Amino acid sequence: MLPTPFEFERASTIADAVSAVGQEGDGMFYSGGTELLLAMKMRVIHTERLVDIKGIPGLDRIVLNDANELEIGSRCTHMKIAGDSVIREHVPALASLCANVANVRVRSVGTIGGNLCFGEPHADPPTLLGALDARLVLQGPNGTRSVHADDFIRSELETVREPDELMIVIIFPRPTGPITYRRFKHGERPSVNVGMVWSMEAGAHSIKSARVRVGALGSRPQPLKAVEGVLKGLPVHDAHRAIQSVLAQALDELDVNEDRHGSADYKRHLAGVLLLRNAEEAVAMRGRAT
Amino acid sequence: MTNLHPVSFSLNGQPVEIEIPAHTLLIDLIRDRFGLKGTKRSCDMEVCGACTMLLDGDPISSCTTLAVDVDGKEITTIEGVTPPNGLSRIQNAFVLHGGLQCGFCTPGFIMAVTALLKANPHPTDEEIRHYLHGNLCRCTGYIKIFEAVKSLAAEQVSEDAALPVARQRNFRLETS
Repeated sequence: MLPTPFEFERASTIADAVSAVGQEGDGMFYSGGTELLLAMKMRVIHTERLVDIKGIPGLDRIVLNDANELEIGSRCTHMKIAGDSVIREHVPALASLCANVANVRVRSVGTIGGNLCFGEPHADPPTLLGALDARLVLQGPNGTRSVHADDFIRSELETVREPDELMIVIIFPRPTGPITYRRFKHGERPSVNVGMVWSMEAGAHSIKSARVRVGALGSRPQPLKAVEGVLKGLPVHDAHRAIQSVLAQALDELDVNEDRHGSADYKRHLAGVLLLRNAEEAVAMRGRAT
Repeated sequence: MTNLHPVSFSLNGQPVEIEIPAHTLLIDLIRDRFGLKGTKRSCDMEVCGACTMLLDGDPISSCTTLAVDVDGKEITTIEGVTPPNGLSRIQNAFVLHGGLQCGFCTPGFIMAVTALLKANPHPTDEEIRHYLHGNLCRCTGYIKIFEAVKSLAAEQVSEDAALPVARQRNFRLETS
C-alpha cells in the first residue's frame, strides 16, 4: 500500500530540521522509517512533510564521555549499536538487545531514537534504557531539555516529545555491575520483557542498588519497586532468594493489558520467570559488569 | 501537484537516474518503472523478507523504503546476483538441497544469504538461524534452506566467487 503524498526535505543541521518540522502544516522527522512508513502505508499517520535527519552530522555518534556516561546518538541504527565496540565493552546486554530487534532488515535502517519516539509498548529498548537510568535529550525551537526514559513514554504510541522536538542523544551512567535483559515473544515484538541493572558496592560482593523494569505488559515499562527494595545492600549470592520472597506481590502490582500476546496471569507469570533468569545470570557474573 | 525529486543510484552495478514523487516506494520503482519483477511483495510490513534488496550491501525491506532514500547509493536486486547464464553458487545450493518449493520467498532468501555470506563467509549454525529468522517460507519448513546455507558456509571459495555477480543488462524504463 502507498502512503498518501507528502513533501520531502533533507536537513543538514539540527536547527534546520527543527525549523522545517515546525513550519506551517504537519511535518515529521524521518530517518529509517521502519515504524513511521508502516503507519503511513496503513494510513493511520498522515504528514504533509517528512524531514530527513540522516544528513545531520553527529547524530550517529557513540562515546563514553568525560563524566563516565555513555552517549548514543538518536539515529544510531540497531545494527550499529549491536556492533559498536564501546557498547559491547560497557553494556553488552544492550548490544545483544539491539542485535535481536525485529529482523536484520529493520536493524539495518531502524534507529534507537525512532524506536523510542514511536512509543510502541511492545518494544525492546525502552525497558532496558529505563533500567539503565537513561535520560533522553530533546532539542526544540527553544533549546534542549532532558527527559528520563521512565517519563518519556506517556501511553501507547504517545510520548512527551513535542512534534518539533528532535531526540538527539540518549545518555546513561556507565554501569558498574551486571546488566541483564530477557524477553519472551511470539512474533517479532516482545510480549513481555524484563531489564535489570545492579550497581555494586566496591569489591562487587553486594548490591548497592538495583533497577528493574518490566515492559510490554502495560502502556509503558514499569518498575518493580518491591524487588528493587529487597535487593538494596544485599550480598550477590542472596539475590535470587530475596527476589523470590517478594515476587508474587511485586507482580500483582503490575498494570497488565490482556491482548493477543496472552492473559494477564500468563504475562505476570512470564515476567517472574524472566526476572529470576536475569537474576541467575547476574549472580553467575558474580556482580561484575561483563 | 506533487513535487518530483531527482534520484540517481546504482542499480545492479548500472547507474540510473529518475524523477519520482517522494512517496514512491522502492519496490514499486524497481518492479514497475525499471521492470525488474524478481523482487516479490508479500506481507508489505517488513516481516516476511520476500522484498529484500541490498542497500550498499545491507539487506532492507524494499516494501517499506522510500525510493528517494536510495539517492547516491547502490541497490542490488535478485537480478543483480543472478549470472547471465545458469545460477549463482547460492541459487545452486538452494536447488541442490531442495531449499524451495513454490519459489515466492526465494529471491528474498537469496538476497539475505548473499548479504550474510559477504559479511560472514563461514557462519555457524546459530548465526545462520539468527540472520535468516526474518525471512519467512511457508513451504519448506526451513530445514532444507538451512542445509543449503550450511553447505555454502562450509565451502572455501575465492573472494571473487563470493561477491554478487552484477548482471549487465539495459533496463527498460516503463512509461507511466
